[in-house]
Amino acid sequence: MIHTRGLTRNFRVGKEVVEAVRGVDIDVAEGELVALLGPNGAGKSTTLRMLTTLLEPTSGTAVVAGHDVRADPAKVRRGIGFVGQGHGAGDDQRAGEELYTQGLLYGLDRRTARRRADELLDLLELGGAADREAAKLSGGQRRRLDIAMGLIHEPGLLFLDEPSTGLDPHSRANLWEHITRLRERLGTTVVLTTHYLDEADDMAERVLVIDHGRVIADGTADELKGRVSGDLVTFAVPDEEHARTGAGVAERTLTSGAAEVVTAVGRDPEVRLRVERGDAVLPELLRALDSAGVPLLTVRVQRPTLDDVFLTLTGRSLREEEA
Amino acid sequence: MSVHEGTGGSVETAGRAWRGPSLLRDTATVFSRQMRPILHRPLMLCFGMLQPVLYLVLFAPLLTGLAGARGESPWQWFVPGLLVMLALFTAGFSGFALLPEMASGAHERLLATPVSRVSLLLGRVLRDVATMLLQMVLVIVMVIPFGFRVSAAGAVVGLLLLAVLGTGLATLSYLTAMAVRQTYVFAPILQTVIMPLMLLSGVLLPMELAPSWLYALSRANPVAYVVDAERALFAGEWGAPVAIGWAVAAVLAVAALTVGSRAMRRLSS
Repeated sequence: MIHTRGLTRNFRVGKEVVEAVRGVDIDVAEGELVALLGPNGAGKSTTLRMLTTLLEPTSGTAVVAGHDVRADPAKVRRGIGFVGQGHGAGDDQRAGEELYTQGLLYGLDRRTARRRADELLDLLELGGAADREAAKLSGGQRRRLDIAMGLIHEPGLLFLDEPSTGLDPHSRANLWEHITRLRERLGTTVVLTTHYLDEADDMAERVLVIDHGRVIADGTADELKGRVSGDLVTFAVPDEEHARTGAGVAERTLTSGAAEVVTAVGRDPEVRLRVERGDAVLPELLRALDSAGVPLLTVRVQRPTLDDVFLTLTGRSLREEEA
Repeated sequence: MSVHEGTGGSVETAGRAWRGPSLLRDTATVFSRQMRPILHRPLMLCFGMLQPVLYLVLFAPLLTGLAGARGESPWQWFVPGLLVMLALFTAGFSGFALLPEMASGAHERLLATPVSRVSLLLGRVLRDVATMLLQMVLVIVMVIPFGFRVSAAGAVVGLLLLAVLGTGLATLSYLTAMAVRQTYVFAPILQTVIMPLMLLSGVLLPMELAPSWLYALSRANPVAYVVDAERALFAGEWGAPVAIGWAVAAVLAVAALTVGSRAMRRLSS
C-alpha cells in the first residue's frame, strides 16, 4: 500500500534549512494499522502530508495506493482517504451537504454520493446532525464528520493525522470504536499519527517511532517494549533501613543488576529494579524478602510502556515533551 | 490499478472507472458548494450591499446640482460608478471567505480530494461574481423608482463588463489570501489596495474636478476606465470609453486567471 525510499522534506526558515523528514523508508502492507509515534515536531505530520500529496517531497520517492505521489498525485488522492488535524468541513456548510460535495469531488456520481453520504451519517451516528451547520456540531460530532469525509469514496487506505487530539476520553473511545468497525467491514489499511502513547499502544498493530525526522524503531508495540531491558518491579517498605536490606536481598536473589532505593517525603520508601520477566521472578523475590524479615507494604510489576521505549531510544521521555 | 480491488468495498463505486479530475464538473461542484450557505440564508446577500446602499441614500443626494459630467439627476451619474464600487468591495474582498477555511483545515480537505486544482479557484470566483451581479441588479431595481433611467442594452453589457472586472478582482483577492494566509496581514493589504483604487476611479466625485496631478494619477488606475465605460453604457452611449473599459477589464481578468491557474496547479502537485 505504501512504499517510500529516502523520503525527505526540507523547509526553509529564514536563512536556515530545516530538515523536517530525513530519508524515511516506510513499507505498509494492505490491511495494516500503523501508528507513527513521536513528539511534536518529529516529522510525523510532514511525512503524512507527503504521503497524501499535500506536500511535495524535497527528495526520495513514495508510492501510495499504487501510484507515485509526484508523477500521479490525482490518482493517489483518488485512492486514499485523508483526515487532517483540523476540521474538514466549512463552518457555514451543512454536514450532510458537505459530505455529498466531497463525494462528487472524489468523482462519484450524484446518486452514489448521496447514498454514501447517508450511509456514513448513519454509520457514524450523525443522522440527526445532517442539516446542521458544521460550526454548530459538538467536538465529537465534528471529528466524526471529518472521518466520514475521508471515507466517502470507500478508500482502501486511510490516513488520520492526530485523529483524537482535542477529544474527551469518551469521544476518543467512540471514535476508535468506529474506526475498528470500519476496518472489520472494509479491511481498510489505516496509517495514523499520534503523540498519545496509549493510543499507539492499544490500537496500532505496528508502531513506527519517529524522532528528528527519522524512523528510529519499527515493530509491534510488544516487540518494541521487548527492547527495553525488562519489567519494572517496585516494592514499598515502612522505612529506609528495610529498603536498603530489601534492595540487597533483591539483588542477590535476582542477580539482574542494581536495585534502586527511592525515597520521597511523605511517602513510604520504595525499591525499584528492572528484571526480564517480572511476573516470573515475583514469587521467588517475595519468599526471599519474607525470610530476610523485610516487611512489605505494596508490590507491583509494570510492563514497559512505549514511553520507556522512547526513553531508551532517545534518552528523552515523550510525556515530558507533551507537557 | 484500482485500490478498491480486494478491499471488499462497494462494487458500484469501485467498478466505475475514474478518468481523472474534470475541470467543468469540478467547477460546478465547487460553485454549488460555495453557493449553499447563501441559498440557505438569502438575507446574507443584503449584508454585502449595505455599503453601496448607504452611499446611495446618505451620499448621492449631495451631488444634486453639482456640475458633474452629466447634468440631470445625480443617479444617472452616480449609480454606474456605485456598481463599480460594489465590485471592488465584494469581489475584491472575496479572499476573506477563504481565510477561515485555510485556518480550519477545510481548504486542505478540498486539496486532499482529486478535484481539479483550477476548479477550486474558478468555482469560488464564479460564485462571487454571481452573487455580486445579483446585488447589482437589486441596487438598480431599487433606484429605478427614484428616477434612475437605464438603457436596457447598455445595462446588460454594463453588467457583463462588471462580471469581467469582478472575475479579475476576485481571482487576485484569492491569490493574495492564499499567499498571506493570515487575516491580520490580508485585511491591511486589501485596504491599502482597494481604497486608492476606489478614490482614484472617480466613483464619488468627477475626477474632472481634481487638480491635474490627481487627475493624472486617476488615469493610471484601470478601474477609472471601467467607471467611464459603465457611465457611458448606462446612458446608452457606445463610444470609445466603452471599448477602452472592456479592454482594461478583459486584460485584468485574463492576466489574473492566467496567474491564478498557474498558482493553483503548482499547489502540491
